Amino acid sequence: MTRAAWVLAVLLSHWRRHPMQLATLLVGLIAATALWSGVQALNQQARVSYDRAAALFGGARTAMLIDPAHATFSQAAFVKLRRAGWPVSPVLEDRVQVNGRSVRLLGIEPVTMPTETASSSAIARNDLHAFVAPPGRTLVAPETLRDLGLAAGAMPRINDSGELPPLQPQPQLAPGVLIVDIGVAQRVLDKPGQISRLLVGKTTHNARDLPDKVAGTTLQRVAPDSETDLARLTDSFHLNLTAFGLLSFLVGLFIVNSAIGLAFEQRLPTLRTLRACGVSARLLNVVVVIELVSIALFGGLVGLMGGYVIAAALLPDVAASLRGLYGAQLPGTLSLQPQWWLAGIAMSVLGALAAAAASLMRMARLPLLAAAQPHAWQQAQRRWLWRQGVLALAMLIAAIGILVFGDSLLAGFAVLAALLLSAALALPVLLDSVLRLGGKGARNALPAWFWADSRQQLPGLSLALMALLLALAVNVGVGTMVQSFSATFVRWLDGRLSADVYISAANETQAAEIRRWLAARSDVTAVLPGARTEVQIEGAPVEIMGLADHATYRANWPLLRSVADGWDRLHADDAAFISEQLSRRLHLDVGSRLRIPAPAGDWSVDVVGVYADYGNPKGQLAVNIDALSRHFPDTPQTRFGLRVAPEHIAGVIAAMRVAFHLDARQLADQATVKAESKRIFNRTFAVTAALNTFTLGVAGIALLTSLLTLSGSRLPQLAPLWAIGITRERLAAIELLKTMAVALVTALLALPLGLLVAWCLIAVVNVKAFGWRLPFQVFPMQLLELLGVAMVAALLATLLPILKLARMQPATLIKIFANER
Amino acid sequence: MIWHCNTAMLVASEPTRSNACPMLKVVNLSKSYRSAQETVHVLRGVDLTVARGESVALTGESGSGKSTLLHLIAGLDEADGGEVWVEEARVTGLADAGRAALRRTRLGLIFQQFNLVPSLSVADNLAFQSRLAGQHDAAWLRELITRLGLDALLKRYPEQLSGGQQQRVAIGRALAVKPALLLADEPTGNLDEATADEVVHLIRDLVARSGCGLLMVTHSARLAAMLDRRLHLRGGLLT
Ligand SMILES: Nc1ncnc2c1ncn2[C@@H]1O[C@H](COP(=O)(O)OP(=O)(O)OP(=O)(O)O)[C@@H](O)[C@H]1O
Ligand SMILES: [Mg+2]
Repeated sequence: MTRAAWVLAVLLSHWRRHPMQLATLLVGLIAATALWSGVQALNQQARVSYDRAAALFGGARTAMLIDPAHATFSQAAFVKLRRAGWPVSPVLEDRVQVNGRSVRLLGIEPVTMPTETASSSAIARNDLHAFVAPPGRTLVAPETLRDLGLAAGAMPRINDSGELPPLQPQPQLAPGVLIVDIGVAQRVLDKPGQISRLLVGKTTHNARDLPDKVAGTTLQRVAPDSETDLARLTDSFHLNLTAFGLLSFLVGLFIVNSAIGLAFEQRLPTLRTLRACGVSARLLNVVVVIELVSIALFGGLVGLMGGYVIAAALLPDVAASLRGLYGAQLPGTLSLQPQWWLAGIAMSVLGALAAAAASLMRMARLPLLAAAQPHAWQQAQRRWLWRQGVLALAMLIAAIGILVFGDSLLAGFAVLAALLLSAALALPVLLDSVLRLGGKGARNALPAWFWADSRQQLPGLSLALMALLLALAVNVGVGTMVQSFSATFVRWLDGRLSADVYISAANETQAAEIRRWLAARSDVTAVLPGARTEVQIEGAPVEIMGLADHATYRANWPLLRSVADGWDRLHADDAAFISEQLSRRLHLDVGSRLRIPAPAGDWSVDVVGVYADYGNPKGQLAVNIDALSRHFPDTPQTRFGLRVAPEHIAGVIAAMRVAFHLDARQLADQATVKAESKRIFNRTFAVTAALNTFTLGVAGIALLTSLLTLSGSRLPQLAPLWAIGITRERLAAIELLKTMAVALVTALLALPLGLLVAWCLIAVVNVKAFGWRLPFQVFPMQLLELLGVAMVAALLATLLPILKLARMQPATLIKIFANER
Repeated sequence: MIWHCNTAMLVASEPTRSNACPMLKVVNLSKSYRSAQETVHVLRGVDLTVARGESVALTGESGSGKSTLLHLIAGLDEADGGEVWVEEARVTGLADAGRAALRRTRLGLIFQQFNLVPSLSVADNLAFQSRLAGQHDAAWLRELITRLGLDALLKRYPEQLSGGQQQRVAIGRALAVKPALLLADEPTGNLDEATADEVVHLIRDLVARSGCGLLMVTHSARLAAMLDRRLHLRGGLLT
């Protein structure tokens, strides 16, 4: 295909003569791919570790049997069930200290291990014999091995009671866990014949067929979760990241689109010459696509490297947020799967093709002869504006339609996308109207030219301005949402964490001991007992919380709305507060009635209030604690909140730790929990802010590159003015004024659009995604700040081309006339 | 009347050199431009034949449709009616790929508005159609460069050339393929008289040597007189 090669060479020669344009195109592609794949890398990294953790727990995705009253039970149950044909497998788990660090030691039985847990396949793939036969193996994630400061093959000592088998790194494993054979675990933990739980495999029997309580034992079945808890809990976080990645990607594509559009415009004569010299339309189209795909592949590859760098830079923040908010462990170094690379490249190529679609379509229908009509550009521009306007209107109608009729998260995003697109498409139409109005008022020749010329420049600038509009609007939108969330979250945290110390006892016996112990202490002003149980309502799990009748709750509980005497009714009647999520899902509100399935028959309650429960994927009900115990007599009474004067908190906690051996998870003081939550919350927004800045930066680059490319093609317009006696400095000043004016109009339009975006995020997307709605707040200072940033970005972007113009050699301007034939 | 030479030889890719077959045959060709306001009938049934090795001058006042006729012959635009044959190929019946192949291998175009590829150097512009057609002949190209006086300009880009220099590069490009038919739309419009005479001599030389046909639009009676025959386009008809 030498002919195709020749055509490709001719097409590529354009970039050699216009390196700035190629740079623009590549910057767009690289920025789009880098931001998108960076975010995807973070998401992928997180998901992989959730899956590893879940597979390892063997609890999230596998049904299991536990003894609710005791931490461990005899392995006789295992033998008995196995004989009865049940595919059960024993696990013994405890925390141990290795080199001064606390890790989980997990003893498993590899032969009976259900195949669906990843850890079993990891072992099966490895040498099973080496794992079970003495001295055995200790499987550990490579990053944990590093954290422990140990080398592969080392045999760490545990609790004075024994030595672990040689460590062997295993990349699939979750961090912070050591896996050994169950016999080894029983020996090292000094729990001969004991197991923590029995995993129930899916192989022969359906796990549901297992009786809830296995006869002859005290074991209880725990149903598997369809989705891992971590994956579900962190959905909101990843959704936020993904949405950002996508938006940055789109802004990047705007640059690509504008660069390709300009290159196409400039190459029209070349394309026509090629056709006239005997290149068929098909060959030309194919070669143009090949050229584009090659550029996209290159840009995509560089972009992926950029994505890696971005992901690596953000990973510490993301990992800290996920650990703090959800307890999810992320390894500190990125490890990316091949799919990530492929998806990134595919995204880059598809994005480039999408961005070039309009140009490609125009080229496919390119008439061989240039239309020799005067004012052709005016007609073309009018047609183009008209089409954009119609499209913008259609998009707006679509957005409203989806808003009214759509009822899913996807619909929420569709509303956002349609709204943003509509605004972007409407922008040139609006700007054109503004400029036409300006032109009407112009009396003198120069101002009249100014307005007319600005209008003519619009098509070349509009894509960059659209990118600026979108980036600003998204910044305003997300900024407003984050600020609203931040303000709300802090208030909500104060309400929900109203006790000073939280305790969760291991069992009822210990709970009773703790209660007695607390009663004797004068520094504890109140003990607020709490209880929790879970029921199924309309096929989904719902938590029921028992609340004590105490002023603490009345003062702080984050009620959104309630009947006038809500708290009195809650404690006196058959009444409940429901969480906002549940209220939305079950279509219940204050005044509705709800039937709760209880052991002794359904319990009907009046809904007397709705409260905020941000971040909880499950629905929740709050009822009086005594009523809860009456209807659910089995509910363990193991949780308390304590009211303690601030100066006594540390003392109480220290004393309890000593008296009851409670660890940090079972005993937490409010101030630390809250401080930690807020700190992590702020770090979460550090990620958002970084992505925000990236997006705005990309939009700034889009503006700069468009202006630079335009400045060259604008010389024919400026040269005649220079020739009739307007200085280059004056021309430069006019250009500056013009760009700043359109940028200002764009930025001013972006503010209301951004608030609309924020409203969509808060009232549509969040509600659909998480079931709760934040109060919408406007932060004027933030808006002003963004406006300033936008104007500075526009100024910086304008400066370079303007300086170029002001310093232009007269010879360059003369050449315009020489070539104008 | 028999318009075409041989109905069995309609394939453009395998032209045979039958002497009975003219290089170009245009039959009853008509073309009009329609716009919202008016319809301009530019060609109203043009008949034209150019024999092998023949050079024909086409004159006519500005706006009479000379360029339009050349565009139709080259298959760059669609005629409303009538037929165009280049050797054995019926241009008016060919699809895009066929027309492209015909232009690439059999035609040399020097048109008013089809100029040079701005991103290619003069040397690359000159060689580019012949390379595309797989008909590159280095010795022939060297001769052309010398005779067109382009030796010193090979490394330059089109924007660094004067109008006449650009025109000469375009002529060189068209001749480099050794076309069967050369279509030239005012090829000497930007040249001084002496150079114009030299260029037309060169073109005539080639026509004589390769036996290709020439159809050249010109406003100059002096140049028109240098060719074998002269046709005048008026009111959409050839006289
Ligand atoms: N795309 C078009 N749309 C409408 N009218 C056209 C178009 N192209 C050409 N015309 C008209 O067709 C007529 C013939 O144009 P053409 O370019 O063939 O003239 P010409 O003889 O080559 O003139 P010149 O000597 O000035 O080059 C003119 O009146 C012109 O205005
Ligand atoms: Mg003409």
